[in-house]
Amino acid sequence: MNWGQWLLVSILLSSFIPGIIIFGLPEEKHRLRTVLNICGSIAKIALVLIMDIGVYFGHIFEIRLSIIPGVELLLNGDPLSALFATLSSVLWLLTTVYAVGYLEGSPNRSHFFGYFSLCVTVTIGIALAGNLVTFLLFYEMLTLTTYPLVIHRGTEKSQRAGGNYLIYAFSGGAAFLFAVVSLQTIVGPVDFSAAGFPSSFIESHGAALILIFILLIIGVGVKAALVPLHGWLPQAMVAPAPVSALLHAVAVVKAGAFGIIRIVLDVYGPQNLLLLGVLPLLGGVASITILYGSIRALQQDDLKRRLAFSTISQVSYIALGMSLADQPLAVIGGLVHLVHQGLMKITLFFCAGNLAETLGIHRISEMNGVARRMPFTMAAFSVGALGMIGIPPTVGFVSKWYLGLGGLAAGNWWVVAVLAVSSLLNACYFLPILTRAWFGKQQEPWPEEQYIGRFETRLMLLVPPLITAFIVIAAGVVANAQVSPLAWVRFIVRGYTL
Amino acid sequence: MTVFQFSSPAWMVCPVILPLIAGLLCFLFSHRTFAIALAAALTNLLVVCLLTGQLLVFGPMRCHMGGWQPPLGITLRTDGPALLMLLMTAVTGLAITLYARGYFSYRISDPRRAGRHQRQQRYFWPLWMLLLAGLNGLFLSNDVFNVYVTLELIGISAASLAALSGKPASLLASFRYLLVSLLGSLTYLFGIVFLYRSNGVLDLGLLQNLAANGLGIRTALVLMSVGLLLKTALFPLHFWLPPAHANALAPVSAILSALVVKGSFYMLFRFWFEIFPSTITQPTLNFMGTLGAVAVLWGAVQAIRQHRLKLMVAYSTVSQLGYLFIAFPLARVDGGIPVWSIVIFIALAHACAKSAMFMAAGTVFLHLGHDRIKDLSGVRASLPITVFAYGIAGVSLMGLPPSGGFVGKWLLLTASLGSSQWWWALVVITGSLLASIYVFRVMSRLFVIPEGFSLKKSEPHFRLLEWPALALALISLFLGLAASWPLHILVHGTTTLAQVFVGGLP
Repeated sequence: MNWGQWLLVSILLSSFIPGIIIFGLPEEKHRLRTVLNICGSIAKIALVLIMDIGVYFGHIFEIRLSIIPGVELLLNGDPLSALFATLSSVLWLLTTVYAVGYLEGSPNRSHFFGYFSLCVTVTIGIALAGNLVTFLLFYEMLTLTTYPLVIHRGTEKSQRAGGNYLIYAFSGGAAFLFAVVSLQTIVGPVDFSAAGFPSSFIESHGAALILIFILLIIGVGVKAALVPLHGWLPQAMVAPAPVSALLHAVAVVKAGAFGIIRIVLDVYGPQNLLLLGVLPLLGGVASITILYGSIRALQQDDLKRRLAFSTISQVSYIALGMSLADQPLAVIGGLVHLVHQGLMKITLFFCAGNLAETLGIHRISEMNGVARRMPFTMAAFSVGALGMIGIPPTVGFVSKWYLGLGGLAAGNWWVVAVLAVSSLLNACYFLPILTRAWFGKQQEPWPEEQYIGRFETRLMLLVPPLITAFIVIAAGVVANAQVSPLAWVRFIVRGYTL
Repeated sequence: MTVFQFSSPAWMVCPVILPLIAGLLCFLFSHRTFAIALAAALTNLLVVCLLTGQLLVFGPMRCHMGGWQPPLGITLRTDGPALLMLLMTAVTGLAITLYARGYFSYRISDPRRAGRHQRQQRYFWPLWMLLLAGLNGLFLSNDVFNVYVTLELIGISAASLAALSGKPASLLASFRYLLVSLLGSLTYLFGIVFLYRSNGVLDLGLLQNLAANGLGIRTALVLMSVGLLLKTALFPLHFWLPPAHANALAPVSAILSALVVKGSFYMLFRFWFEIFPSTITQPTLNFMGTLGAVAVLWGAVQAIRQHRLKLMVAYSTVSQLGYLFIAFPLARVDGGIPVWSIVIFIALAHACAKSAMFMAAGTVFLHLGHDRIKDLSGVRASLPITVFAYGIAGVSLMGLPPSGGFVGKWLLLTASLGSSQWWWALVVITGSLLASIYVFRVMSRLFVIPEGFSLKKSEPHFRLLEWPALALALISLFLGLAASWPLHILVHGTTTLAQVFVGGLP
């Protein structure tokens, strides 16, 4: 094995080994557990950054392991996997810090952090997967490792949510498996590559390939919460806040969106999809999801549920970008939203968790004047919310700008219309929260004030959202610089002939 | 002495003789039973590894007992499938031996019923050794009548083991099991009579070369198949299995579900696809596939409906056995995957996963004193390793990657979609989904620690109960990643005729 292969393996092991050790740790060793967690996360970020640099300079990272004839496990570091891996590992460090603060003093922490670490391992595995079989492997393992986190509270309600999550996820996985095997029997083993499979298959197997594409999108669409496959997501809100942050911003929903990207760009390839004529279908589903999620978000009074429906809506921007796969600008918009949505949504969930953990606030109607009690938290929340609406100079604006440009370049006015309506709806469900929090008057005592100290809440809860909120603005301001999510996405798109 | 050289075929006598001797010793020295059995299980594993080495170096081998050539003498032979089954038996057997030790010493430590449990243990070890000898003999036999003898040995010792727990339900179930097993053996024996009358040979190698298609052979094949199917518990002949497996002692359940049903299936498969391939028509294969598909779905639905953990696991066996038969109609796919590798993978993965699951269920039973699914909450707090083992075994049964079950299902899917028989693929996928429901119905209970739950400390005996289950579960999980090893053994050892028949190896 050369150093690149060792690097890929150690990227996976840097969270897998701490996870396994943590499972064996007794409950009361919380300091050792925290040290292991944080060290693992930092090591992972360092290793992923080394990989990023290698990828930028054209080094090829690849591990192949043949299982049976025609089935290979392939780990592969290409620019796209570097994007997702970097996002996950950075946000993971912050979520870990946050989770340590959030779960202080609660039971079963070894169990929780063990699965937490396995979960990041699997997410990175999804990022590095180099073919459909490997992707499927990690995709199914993601379901298994997130399930214990969803039912962590152990209540009847969380068990029901967990059961529902499993039914959705496994059904999606089954559709995916069926599609992968079918595709493989038609075109042979498919590695993710910029070209997709040879277009000669389209003449002979056109109908089957369309069907397989739909099944594949259903398979990943369950996790990406495309309407009507989104039912599990709002229910899964019963999980602890760090888990919600993780499900929405980093791991599960993102894995689904990342799957859509891989299928469109690397399995089929934009040219083949244009020939098959299925892209408008994806665009339609994405648009419906965007509007439906926003409208449902409007109706929610529970803060976390509103954020959940907002996720459903926002993640579909990525699918929308992919449905215009022949337009480089739209593809840039979709890809960069993978990062931007993660940053914004994780900020919002951290803040919602702070409100619940510090003051017992779960409902928007309880938020009157909360910004005076928790100014930093609400400042971070406001940055995230404004980003979601798409106000410059936040990153949300950058994504929408590129998506809109791509839509115009393709001559699809409806894309711009969808974006405009969606932004309007975003404003409708976020701005009232902000006005309430900043300008409202506190009428009754906080539902359950739990923390009184020097800062507005525990430091470990306060710092992560401030950092992500800072990045939301900074990455928007320097979007055009040499080093930014946007710059990296441009580098990715240069690799495709669109 | 040339007998003890690496290349000597005489080694293959050991897997049969050693457990037999150990069984006799267990009768004689009833206070050293575990040591004797453990020694036998370990030596068995070593010898099987040696035989595998032999196979990889020299290819398939034959051993003529006492130097008599067939059709007069008794012949043993090794080839790829036989060795993989032997390996499966040796590995799970060793784990089950360790587990049984923990199981009995835990039960004997309970002063109320110590006498009864001691008696159970005294009978368990010799019977288990006899069963092991029978299984090894079955996999090595190269002669129809020897197969009959080993089938009887397996059937009688298995039924006696199932009766050990002594509860009325288990006595009834094991009695039924015994009758079914005897009926199966008798039918099989009738088949042999027909075979012998029409051909005058019993050696499998000689029968293979006959390739005759007369009425005698057909009748013989039907009778033998029905006998073996009865023992394999293919739907609708599965009625005896769930009560017998669920009411037995936990180590016995593991043995019955993981190994015993595989024995008769293995012989059936040999008869159909190696010895008399030309006699079998495609409609017959489709019919078997249909029965298998019904078994997969019916077994899984029944498993979902059970209220007791061990019954649930037993019905899951009915369902998983169905997958083996779905491979039948796909056997003649041109240029496809060798059908041996499909069934071997499913069988290996199921053996490891199912024995791990029965062990875990047994540990939970010992710990709580019951196995009602709705009252399982909080087990994770005291038995984390057992719950983990249950979960991993479940992953393999559901056929999620990277487990051995996944590779088996992948091969099935590829074969069925590659030959445009997509309905089998639908059954396979639906079966996996149903499996995920029954696995997680229990898992969600095991995982949750209710509020105000007081921790019941696990006792030191539990170490021998927990780790063998975890080891087997991990083997079934990583079997998928190491899939090239069993395939390598298979490729080395399949007889040429089978290779031609299944469409050639890549």
